[in-house]
Amino acid sequence: MINRFLIPVVVFALLVVVLAIGIKHSPEKGIIPSPLIGKPAPQFSLPSLGDPARTVSSATLRGRWYLLNVWGSWCGTCREEHRMLLEVRRSGRVPLIGLDWKDDDSQALGYLQQLGDPYEFVAADRDGRTAIDWGVYAAPESFLVNPAGIVVYKCMGELTPDIWEKEILPRLPQAQAARS
Amino acid sequence: MLPELGHFALILALLLAALQAFFGIAGPMFRRERWVSAVTPAVAGQAVMVAAAMGCLIASFVNEDFSVAYVAENSNSALPLFYRVAALWGAHEGSLLLWIMLLAVWTVAVAVYATRLPRLFAARVLGVLGVISFGFLLFTLATSNPFLRLDPPALDGRDLNPILQDPGLAGHPPVLYTGYVGFAVAFAFACGAMLQGRMDQNWARWTRPWVTAAWAFLTCGIAMGSFWAYYELGWGGFWFWDPVECASFMPWLVGTALIHSLAVTDKRGLFKSWTLLLSVLAFSLSLLGTFLVRSGVLVSVHSFAADPSRGVFILSFLIVMIGGALALYAWRAPLLKSPAGFELGARESFLLFNNVLLVIAAATVLAGTLAPLISGALKLGTVSVGPPFFNPMFMLTMLPLLALLSIGIHASWKRGRLGTQQRTLLYTFVAAAVLGCGLVYGIYSHGHLLTPVGATLGLWIILSSLVDPVDRLRRRLSLPRAVVGMTIAHIGLAIAVIALTTVQSFTNERDVAMAPGGSATVGGYQFRFDGVRPIEGPNYDGVGATLVVTRNGSAVAVLKPQKRQYWVQHQVTTETAIHYSRGNNILVALGDDLGASRWSVRIQIRPLVSFIWIAAVIMALGGALALSDRRYRLAREAATAPAGTAPEHA
Repeated sequence: MINRFLIPVVVFALLVVVLAIGIKHSPEKGIIPSPLIGKPAPQFSLPSLGDPARTVSSATLRGRWYLLNVWGSWCGTCREEHRMLLEVRRSGRVPLIGLDWKDDDSQALGYLQQLGDPYEFVAADRDGRTAIDWGVYAAPESFLVNPAGIVVYKCMGELTPDIWEKEILPRLPQAQAARS
Repeated sequence: MLPELGHFALILALLLAALQAFFGIAGPMFRRERWVSAVTPAVAGQAVMVAAAMGCLIASFVNEDFSVAYVAENSNSALPLFYRVAALWGAHEGSLLLWIMLLAVWTVAVAVYATRLPRLFAARVLGVLGVISFGFLLFTLATSNPFLRLDPPALDGRDLNPILQDPGLAGHPPVLYTGYVGFAVAFAFACGAMLQGRMDQNWARWTRPWVTAAWAFLTCGIAMGSFWAYYELGWGGFWFWDPVECASFMPWLVGTALIHSLAVTDKRGLFKSWTLLLSVLAFSLSLLGTFLVRSGVLVSVHSFAADPSRGVFILSFLIVMIGGALALYAWRAPLLKSPAGFELGARESFLLFNNVLLVIAAATVLAGTLAPLISGALKLGTVSVGPPFFNPMFMLTMLPLLALLSIGIHASWKRGRLGTQQRTLLYTFVAAAVLGCGLVYGIYSHGHLLTPVGATLGLWIILSSLVDPVDRLRRRLSLPRAVVGMTIAHIGLAIAVIALTTVQSFTNERDVAMAPGGSATVGGYQFRFDGVRPIEGPNYDGVGATLVVTRNGSAVAVLKPQKRQYWVQHQVTTETAIHYSRGNNILVALGDDLGASRWSVRIQIRPLVSFIWIAAVIMALGGALALSDRRYRLAREAATAPAGTAPEHA
C-alpha cells in the first residue's frame, strides 16, 4: 500500500510544477499593465542628444502619435531591438522618439552612428529622472502615445515584429504617416 | 545616513536570523547546551534590528527623503503625514518589511512564552521561525530592498497610489499580515514536534492559543479588506473572489479546520498526524498567497509590481519550507499513534466532517485560483474563473458544514448517542425554520430559495448554540471562557450566513443618468440629484455631488459622493457615500460626466450588509475570549516548575 503520509508532499510537488510553469509563461511578461496606460504621458523637457542647445519636450509632441523608445548604448537587448526600430522608421507609420537612459553622450552617438539612427530625435535622460516618471523598469521599453498625449500602450522589453503587428499597428489610425 | 543604517540593520537581522535558525535546530540535535542558550538572545537581537530598519524607513518617509527610491516611488511632499507613514506598506518592498517585523513580534512572543515549554522543544520552534525569517530577509535584501538610493535624488515623489489613500490602508494590511504570519507559529510548533520525532502530551494545548490568535487577526483582516473594497474600490461589491482575496481566505479556511482538529487532539489525543498536517498547511497557504501576490503569475487588483526573479526566489523558498516540512511529515507522522477510536455519531466524527469539508472548500478555492495558471500551462487558452464557479462550489461544502454544526456541538465525545439532545435539536430546528422562513417571507414576501435556507440554518446555529450555556447558567454551573468563546464565534458565523444570503437575494442596484433636480426611486427610497460642485483636498481636486434621499416624503439622508483626481498620478478615484438606514446600506457612487451637467450615478441598497463585517468581528471576539480561558493560564503555572529545569520534557 502506498504510504498515505507521502500524499501531501507529492501533491505539493505537482503544485510546484504548475507554479514553475506559471512563472515561465507569466502572463505579465511584456504586458505588465503600466499605471500610465490611459493617462497623460509624463511631462519632460530634456536636452537633445548631440545638440545640447536644443530642447526636446513633451509639449512639442502634442497633437500627433509617437512611440517613445527607452534605450541606452549599454543595453544589450536594445542592440538586438535596433533592427526592428529601423524597420519602424522605414515603415513611416509612427515617429520614434528616443529616450537615451543613463547614458554617456559620446557613446550613445557612436552607437547610433554604427547601427543607424531610427529616431526622429533623441532626448538625453542622463540622470534617469524622466525614466522614473515614465515608470521604466529596464531598457528597452516603448510607450505608444496618442495625439491627446495619452499613453495607450506599453511594451516591456524588446519590440518584436510580432508586437509591432499585433499590438501597435492596430492601435494606430489607418494610414498614419510620420510627419517628420 | 538613515537609509544606510536601516540597510545595515537589515543585514545584521539576516545574520542573527541565521544564528537563530542554526542554534535552534542544531543545538537540540547535537545536544549542545550553549548553542541552545544562544537562541533567545538571537531572537531578541533580530527583533531589535528589524525594528530599527523599520524605524529608519518610517523616518525616511516622514522626512520626505526622496533620495530613497522606495520613498520617491510611493510618497509625495503633498501627501498628508498619516499616509506618508502608512505608505510604508503601500508597495511590495515595504510590505515585506512589515511582514518580517510582524514575524519578529510573534517570535518574541513565542520566546517569552517558551519559558513554559520544554527547553529543547522551544529551541526547535524558535529555530524554525528563524529559518522563515531568514528566508524573508534574504528575499528582501536580494530582490526587494527598500533602502536603495536614487542618484541624483528625485525632486519630489511619484505619490502613493491614490486608491490606497484611505484610512483602510492603515489597518487592513497590518491586521491581515498579523494573522497570515501568525500561522508561522503553529507551523513552527508542528515542525518542532516532527524534528523531535515525538508529540508531547501537551503539544495541542500549547499550540491552540497561537492558532486561535492568528485566526482572530486573520478574520478581522479579511473583514477590513472586504469593507474597504465595499466603500472605496468595488462600487458596492464586498467580495470578488480575486486571487489575493482567495489567497487570504485559504489559510483562513484551513486555520478554522486546524482550530477544530486541535480541540480533538487536545481533548482526546486523536487526529495527531492530521493536526500536524493542518498546522503545516495553514502557513503553507499563507506562503503560497505571498507567492501569488508578488510573483506576478496572477493578475489581481492587489498585484504588486511584478518581477519574475522574485517569483523564482519565492518558489525556491516555498520548495525549501513547505517541501521540507511535508517531507518531514511523511517521515515522522507514521510514528504517531492514536489511542482508541470513536463511534460514528460522536463529536469526533462531526469535527472530522468539519475538517474534511473545510479542507475541500480550501482546495476548491485553490483550484479556482490556480485555474488560469493550469490552463495556461496546458495551453488551453486563458481561463478566468469567477463567482459563477466559486459561489456554488463554495456553497456545496458550506451548507452541510452549517447543517452539521448544530448537531456536532450537541454530540458527546467518544460515544455516538445523542440521547436527550435529540429532542433539543429537533425543537431548535423547528423554531429556527419557522422563524427563518417567517422573517424572510414576512419582510420581503418573495425570495430566492437560498435565503430561507440560510436564515434557517443560521438561526438554528444561534438557538442550538445557546441551549447549553443558558442551561449551565440556569443551574449556576461555571461557564468556561473557552465555551463562551466558541459559542460567540459560532453565533458570529451564523450572523454572517444570514447576512450573506440576505444580501445575495435582496440587493437593489441601479445605474441611472441624472441631471440636476432629477430624481430616481430605488428600493422604496427617492433620490434627488442636486448637481455637482468642485472640491479640493490636500493633494487632489475633483467634484462632489449632493443627493437628497427621502422615503415616502420624509428625509432620510443627504449623500455626498465624490470623484477625485489626484494631482501626481492623474488617477481618478471614486469616493462613495453611504448611509445606514433600517438595516439597509444605501450607497451612492458618482460615475461619469455625461455632459450637459448630467452624471451617471450608481445607487445601491443592500440589506444587512454591515452585519457581514460585524459578524467577522464577533467571530474574532469569540476567538479572543477563548484565548483568555483559564486552562491556558493553568498550563502556564503548571509548566514553569518542572519543564524549566528538565532538559527535555518526557
